[in-house]
Amino acid sequence: MSWLTQTFSSSIGRKFLTALTGFFLIIFLIGHVTGNLLLFKPDEGRAFNEYTAFMTGNLGIMIVRYLLYAAILAHVIITLLLAYHNRKARPVGYKKAAPSPHVSWSSRNMGILGTLVLIFIVIHMSNFWYSLKWGMVPTINYQEGGDIKNLYVVVLDSFSNLWYTALYVVMMVFLSLHLMHGFQSAFQTLGWRHKKYWPIIRNVGFWFSILVPIIFAAMPLYIYFFRNINH
Amino acid sequence: MNLTLNVWRQKGPADKGGFVTYEMKDINHHMSFLEMMDVLNERLEREGQEPVHFDHDCREGICGSCAMHINGRPHGPSKGTATCQLHMRLFNDGDVITVEPWRAKAFPVVKDLVVDRSAFDRIIQAGGYVSVNTGGVPDANEIPVPKKIADEAFNAATCISCGACVAACKNASAMLFVSAKVSQLALLPQGKVERKNRVEKMVAQMDAEGFGNCTNTQACSVECPKEISQDFIAMMNREYISAKFTSDNL
Ligand code: SF4
Ligand code: FES
Repeated sequence: MSWLTQTFSSSIGRKFLTALTGFFLIIFLIGHVTGNLLLFKPDEGRAFNEYTAFMTGNLGIMIVRYLLYAAILAHVIITLLLAYHNRKARPVGYKKAAPSPHVSWSSRNMGILGTLVLIFIVIHMSNFWYSLKWGMVPTINYQEGGDIKNLYVVVLDSFSNLWYTALYVVMMVFLSLHLMHGFQSAFQTLGWRHKKYWPIIRNVGFWFSILVPIIFAAMPLYIYFFRNINH
Repeated sequence: MNLTLNVWRQKGPADKGGFVTYEMKDINHHMSFLEMMDVLNERLEREGQEPVHFDHDCREGICGSCAMHINGRPHGPSKGTATCQLHMRLFNDGDVITVEPWRAKAFPVVKDLVVDRSAFDRIIQAGGYVSVNTGGVPDANEIPVPKKIADEAFNAATCISCGACVAACKNASAMLFVSAKVSQLALLPQGKVERKNRVEKMVAQMDAEGFGNCTNTQACSVECPKEISQDFIAMMNREYISAKFTSDNL
């Protein structure tokens, strides 16, 4: 099996894993953002809570969730390795380096953007996931399903805080920039570049990286301004 | 026109090196950049100083040896041009021009602006050739190659191994160069026989030489004097992964 370790320790193999895990995270984002849309439903969080209960109770989804944690970890570890190698590849820098025109800022700064996104994920997870799992989340009863956790109030509570709301929104800008390069980059790495599809991939990538973070950011803003429990 | 040159001077691989400033007077704007450097070197020789070492051969944009990082960009500000084809008319009177060697671990500085690019040769030696016995020279039309494929292979083959892609890349990656060489042969019937081995070996050598890895910033194609396309990097990625999973090599 040495060919397999060879493959994934090679420069292209590592990139391949980065792209694959990246794709997985992109798909997850679609699921996550769709779930979040339920927060806009004017039913005092019922749909959202039932959705959360379903997401935490279903075995299949649990497996996908652990795959997701693994993907995030793998994405981070592999890219750190790549960044380390890349740094070593140019021990002496240029005195004068003019970034080439037509090279996007986000493509040059994926490391920084990724790190910021990761920090946010950690904060985010400790806020919602941790409290959901081990914290004191009040329960609510909608008759049919018995007592379920009322994550909705945790969300309302979090986004009543101006700083957390602002942090969330700012981080979505970084996520957007990270996706702006990451989306198309993943296709390029997997070799899925073809003159018929490349313009489509770039366009879809562009709109995906704008729309998804906007929808994510809309949720805390909506809650802060319209459903703030301190109001 | 008058110029101020900041040139990287380094006595040898072990020397620390540093910039030396030269004031250039009355430079003819019809000159190429290398001719301007010749003017400087003639002056230095007259003054009994060591001329600035730099590589050049064809001065026609085909040999790929004239490596210079000019004002922060490989081969200077002009698109699709090697340093030898760069004209002084692109600069303005009074400009300050910084000239540095390529910077990459895999391209150690030999002296001044000369770097050792033999890492590229070793990558080619690892598999960038056709070694199967193809017999006598067949008539050109005996091996049918569709025009489109021939053109694509030709586009890849225009790579002059100058190393500007490595110099431009923020990761000092050689992916554009290697992908051009891999694709050129993978596209043609003569190269198909050793296709899988070739890409595996060339990529392994590329990694062993200490080049960085591609993060798709695409600076390489922007700075490439032959404007080699990103398509070839995608092609190499494809070639490599499929070779790794389907070749006989364990
Ligand atoms: S790909 Fe372009 S920049 Fe790189 S070595 Fe070939 S000609 Fe030079
Ligand atoms: S001297 Fe040959 S390409 Fe410039």
